Amino acid sequence: MKNGGLIKTLRFENPKYVGDPINAVRIFNEKQADELVVLDIAATTRGLPPNYTMIQSLAAECRMPLCYGGGVKTLEQAVQIIRMGVEKVAISSLAVENPRLISEIATHVGSQSVVAVLDVRRDPRMGTYGVWTHNGARNTGKEAVIFARQLEDLGVGEIVINSIDRDGVMTGYDMDLTERIRKAVRVPMTVVGGAGSLCHLEELIRQFGVIGAGAGSLFVFKGVYRAVLINYPNRTDKTALCAAGLLKPPLVGDPSRFSTRAEA
Amino acid sequence: MIAIVNYGSGNIQAIANIYKRASIPFLIASCPADLALADHIVLPGVGAFDQAMKELEKSGLRQAMDKAVLADKKPILGICVGMQILARTSEEGTASGLGWVNGLVKRFDLSALPDVAGVPHMGWNTVEPLRANPLFEGVDIDSEYYFLHSYYFCCDWPTDRLGVTMYGTSFASVVHRANIWGVQFHPEKSHDAGVRVLKNFAAVN
Repeated sequence: MKNGGLIKTLRFENPKYVGDPINAVRIFNEKQADELVVLDIAATTRGLPPNYTMIQSLAAECRMPLCYGGGVKTLEQAVQIIRMGVEKVAISSLAVENPRLISEIATHVGSQSVVAVLDVRRDPRMGTYGVWTHNGARNTGKEAVIFARQLEDLGVGEIVINSIDRDGVMTGYDMDLTERIRKAVRVPMTVVGGAGSLCHLEELIRQFGVIGAGAGSLFVFKGVYRAVLINYPNRTDKTALCAAGLLKPPLVGDPSRFSTRAEA
Repeated sequence: MIAIVNYGSGNIQAIANIYKRASIPFLIASCPADLALADHIVLPGVGAFDQAMKELEKSGLRQAMDKAVLADKKPILGICVGMQILARTSEEGTASGLGWVNGLVKRFDLSALPDVAGVPHMGWNTVEPLRANPLFEGVDIDSEYYFLHSYYFCCDWPTDRLGVTMYGTSFASVVHRANIWGVQFHPEKSHDAGVRVLKNFAAVN
């Protein structure tokens, strides 16, 4: 989200307006989406606090779990967001600037409600992945795997890996990046960036089992010309996707209850 | 009239929105007088057990709640932590719960299944009703609901278990005794099935 409107980017650039956030929430309600992540990408770069009016409207409208992030810098802001009826608060640049605050927030609202969103870009020289902030403009110098482990130790409940390189390209998730993070941390993990078809979601779930499959472009664009049309897999398609992760007889009832998130 | 208890915990607005859309009269109850106006009570809740009990005591609603539920027998629906505080105690903290449904709240122990599941139980899961009941009237048996919790309710009396869910262990995801109901999942965040549960609760007597 940027300046109150929903946008989709390509590698974090060329923002394209896709619609009104409240309207999008209504449509995802109808489509029975598993979870919605709304990130205000202008808040940090513009030095703005969270937009509470927008958050309140989103939370009241949303019939599925909601994660909100963008400009969260203090404990009070995080608590206020949760109080407004948002299930999870996402922190991104704060994780870099003041990681200790994460533990404090987790203590107050519960670690399950604290999500760290890492914007990650591949470093071709080193063959590693670096964490960037401010919409991919600022290199933190931190390596993604090491940083993810630190965040887990600090009490974060969930990590979202947002691939800048794959953002909007719709050619598939970065499986190498996913595997590196997955092997390093045990907290719930979601990847976003690159999903262009349900096959990509299936591939991800088949390889990694219990994982969050996040998608933006896939759920808001349709067709070769990328016309804006909010869409989402129906129950039958979702069940088939999740079945790809069933490698052995269920040990915990039916482990095909994965969340596929729509990130807008 | 549904009273949605405002004691500083839970997604009151989402619940209110659902009742508003369904044209079911409701009010946000912040003081004892509000509770007196209601014939049904919804007790939301997120976060920790002790914190929820502390907020409830601080709200000044405790006595009015006891009267409404135990004396006046008004139907009450506890949601998530709002359901957990119906118990006597929780492993999560040291506070005493409301003690309206005999039981205690325990933490999930999934140490035997390290690669398959973790704590919290977070995501969509089904509920198996153990008997026919008005809360799940008209809801598909394979409907999914959104769960987000690390602790679960252990009923002293098996008859208080109304619905069970499988997550490492089969736990009571719905409890019911007399006029008291509790759901561990978030009906306000569970799409159509959740909306139906909230509407059904509004109709129980």
